[in-house]
Amino acid sequence: MLGYLLRRILAAIPVMGVVALFVFLLLRLTPGDPAAILAGDNATPEQLERIRTSLGLNEPIYIQFYTWIVKLLHGDLGVSLISNKPILEMIGPRLEPSISVALATIILSIVVAVPLGVIAAWKHGTWIDRFVMGLSVLGFSVPVFVIGYVLIQIFAINLHWVPVQGFRSISAGFGPFFERLILPTCTLSFIYVALIARMTRASMLDVLGEDYVRTARAKGIGETGVLLRHALRNAAVPVITVIGSGFALLISGVVVTESVFNLPGIGRLTVDAVLARDYPVIQAMILLTSGIYVAVNLLIDLAYTLLDPRIRY
Amino acid sequence: MTAANSTNVVLDINNLVVGLGRKADAHRIIDDLSLQVREGETLCLVGESGSGKSVTSLTVMGLLQKGTLVPSGGSVKLVGEELLTASDRRLRQLRATRMAMIFQEPMTALNPVVHVGRQIDEVLRAHTDLDARARQQKILAMMEHVRLPDVERIFASYPHRLSGGQRQRIMIAMALVLEPKLLIADEPTTALDVTTQKQILTLIRDLQRDHGTAVLFITHDMGVVAEIADRVAVMRHGRLVESGPLDDVLRHPKMEYTRNLLSSVPSLVPRTPRPETSEPVVLEANELGKVYRERSMFGKAREVAAAKDVTLTLRKGRTLGIVGESGSGKSTVARCIVRLIDPTSGGVRLAGREISDLSRRLLQPHRKKIQIIFQDPYRSLNPRVTVGESIAEGPINYGMPRKDALARARELLELVHLPPDAISRYPHQFSGGQRQRIAIARALALDPDVLVADEAVSALDVSVQAQVLDLLDEIQKRLGIALLFITHDLRVAAQICDDVAVMQHGRIVEQGPAAEVLTNPQQAYTRALLDAAPGRGWDFANFRPVSEAAE
Repeated sequence: MLGYLLRRILAAIPVMGVVALFVFLLLRLTPGDPAAILAGDNATPEQLERIRTSLGLNEPIYIQFYTWIVKLLHGDLGVSLISNKPILEMIGPRLEPSISVALATIILSIVVAVPLGVIAAWKHGTWIDRFVMGLSVLGFSVPVFVIGYVLIQIFAINLHWVPVQGFRSISAGFGPFFERLILPTCTLSFIYVALIARMTRASMLDVLGEDYVRTARAKGIGETGVLLRHALRNAAVPVITVIGSGFALLISGVVVTESVFNLPGIGRLTVDAVLARDYPVIQAMILLTSGIYVAVNLLIDLAYTLLDPRIRY
Repeated sequence: MTAANSTNVVLDINNLVVGLGRKADAHRIIDDLSLQVREGETLCLVGESGSGKSVTSLTVMGLLQKGTLVPSGGSVKLVGEELLTASDRRLRQLRATRMAMIFQEPMTALNPVVHVGRQIDEVLRAHTDLDARARQQKILAMMEHVRLPDVERIFASYPHRLSGGQRQRIMIAMALVLEPKLLIADEPTTALDVTTQKQILTLIRDLQRDHGTAVLFITHDMGVVAEIADRVAVMRHGRLVESGPLDDVLRHPKMEYTRNLLSSVPSLVPRTPRPETSEPVVLEANELGKVYRERSMFGKAREVAAAKDVTLTLRKGRTLGIVGESGSGKSTVARCIVRLIDPTSGGVRLAGREISDLSRRLLQPHRKKIQIIFQDPYRSLNPRVTVGESIAEGPINYGMPRKDALARARELLELVHLPPDAISRYPHQFSGGQRQRIAIARALALDPDVLVADEAVSALDVSVQAQVLDLLDEIQKRLGIALLFITHDLRVAAQICDDVAVMQHGRIVEQGPAAEVLTNPQQAYTRALLDAAPGRGWDFANFRPVSEAAE
């Protein structure tokens, strides 16, 4: 098991290397001169030249890459072209809101979607099944920001149950932190619930037709035991896969949600950096999200081996 | 065999009707079925696929798919208690305690992600108040009782770590741990090799003798019936054809259908040998070998030799059988010979030309000389392509004009006794036997010198199997084709092969004329295989034991 973990981590290194190279080249080779953007429209050629030199933009591209990657390995993500602050310091305080929303969304989605999917499969073909699948279509088709504004209108503005927007750190107390997390989490969960519920239902339907489910029933085990112990555990692998690949969805959802609810998270930071062509920040953000994505996939692979003993590691 | 002296009826089915759906005029899957199983007795319920055997057993267990198959009349009583009107809760209580069931596929009947010990434990937890320790002791004792080795290790094993036979023993342990009055065994040995099958049949019989269990044994295999039944009930189209004590049914079948069923069972006594011929050799395998290597990026590579030093010779117009149990390498050899997979050593000569080392492109002109028919006609034909297109595709690939190829397809359908209008229909519109005829027509479309049949009749009912075997025989006589026949069924081999090669662990252990190998085997393994063949004491087609035939 430990050997497998080590092998998988080693295998992730070249992946991250390719991501780094791709990210670096993509941004350097796109049109638009960062020095010109920094200096503004009225800058003289001398001013531009000075900025280029100070940022190393005049060096050959492979030297730029080398310097960048060496710094990266030392934990130096560079300095923002706009604010002149080290990027690490910019990201640090913004991780809490984003991670809080993302984690809360995953937990809420799984807790809601898996039972929905199981029930829909169990009551296959009945109105319950159709109702759950209808909800799922709704979750897929309504854009995240629309859901966000509708929820704000109902629960924050009309009912005054929760604050409209903003974020409080958990260090300021759990209550304020939690109540500001509710709406963003619910908003973001919609599409995720739709996805997971649909997959759980499909996977459960497959498994419920299996011989071992019939065996379990023939043993005189109650329906709950049949569904949870025998069917769900076998249906879990595709569901886990979807939860993992849905993570990409979550990352893009976080960006929109943070804008709607005015959360100071890394999604907003990314959008601002893209609009200002703040290369070092964009690079750092893409690397960060890729890194998270690779790590999540690693966790999913580990989960497979725990869930299904036939998958060898 | 345990005689049914006792008159205690355990299972009493009376005028049972099961319909497809709830409507009163629904199609009847089970129609007016009545049968009884008494304490300590084994009733074999026999019939071909679709006869309603399994539906009967699932009805008793209350495991029919709700809303799809609905019992609409009659009664099913278990030790006097009506089951058709019992609540779900009551049925759950009765399962495993009064009635238990084992299934055909031990590979899929156990939950793959739960230790087998725990799966047995579930039965005890659901139905008893025993504490963990007592439960474990009871389970280990039961596992020893079903003759599993090393029970503590197996207790904590996942199903995929166990062999098919061991898994079926786990199923039996699970079914019998609470000593139910009735055991329903639905084709429990069909998926097992003959030697394992023999052990499992013996086990079921011994357990039944010790505990006085009533056994409803469902099978399509007359050999198994002869081994285990006290009484036999024959079903067809959901109706009972006839029933009676084993000896009566096998010796004096009253109904035409039963007679036909028995007559279709191929005899284990080889057919009269055909004279040796001096026709040219069309296929030769020389020390053919196939090693599977499992590569991994960091770990050590693993090697498995699926076939080793296999040498075979096949002449024009002759039939060579390769027999052996699952995993013996029969199919690997067949696939290497057809070059569906590449052999790792040795050679294959097809009509005098070495083909084992030809590249895919150079192999192309030789491919048409050797064609293969697969086991499962339900999966070997593309469901979205018409029968005619499937047959014509090969010749068209080799440059025959489409019109001619379709005309040829029509001729071939006639040759395999299918109507010419079958050409524009799809595979799902045909029965299993018809589909296998289509597969044969497809293989013949390229005028091959050699036809490889890989378990080509194993998925078919005996009566259909007999027809397909006759067809292959007839085609061989008409076209002078050479047949390489892969089978696990010694009865089939005895009836169709001129020569037989017996394989074990990837090697040929014995080879020679079928009449010699199957009547006077020289190797212990061949003898063991023959000994394990169920019903070897019976000459079913002549309604008498083999011993009487010899007199």
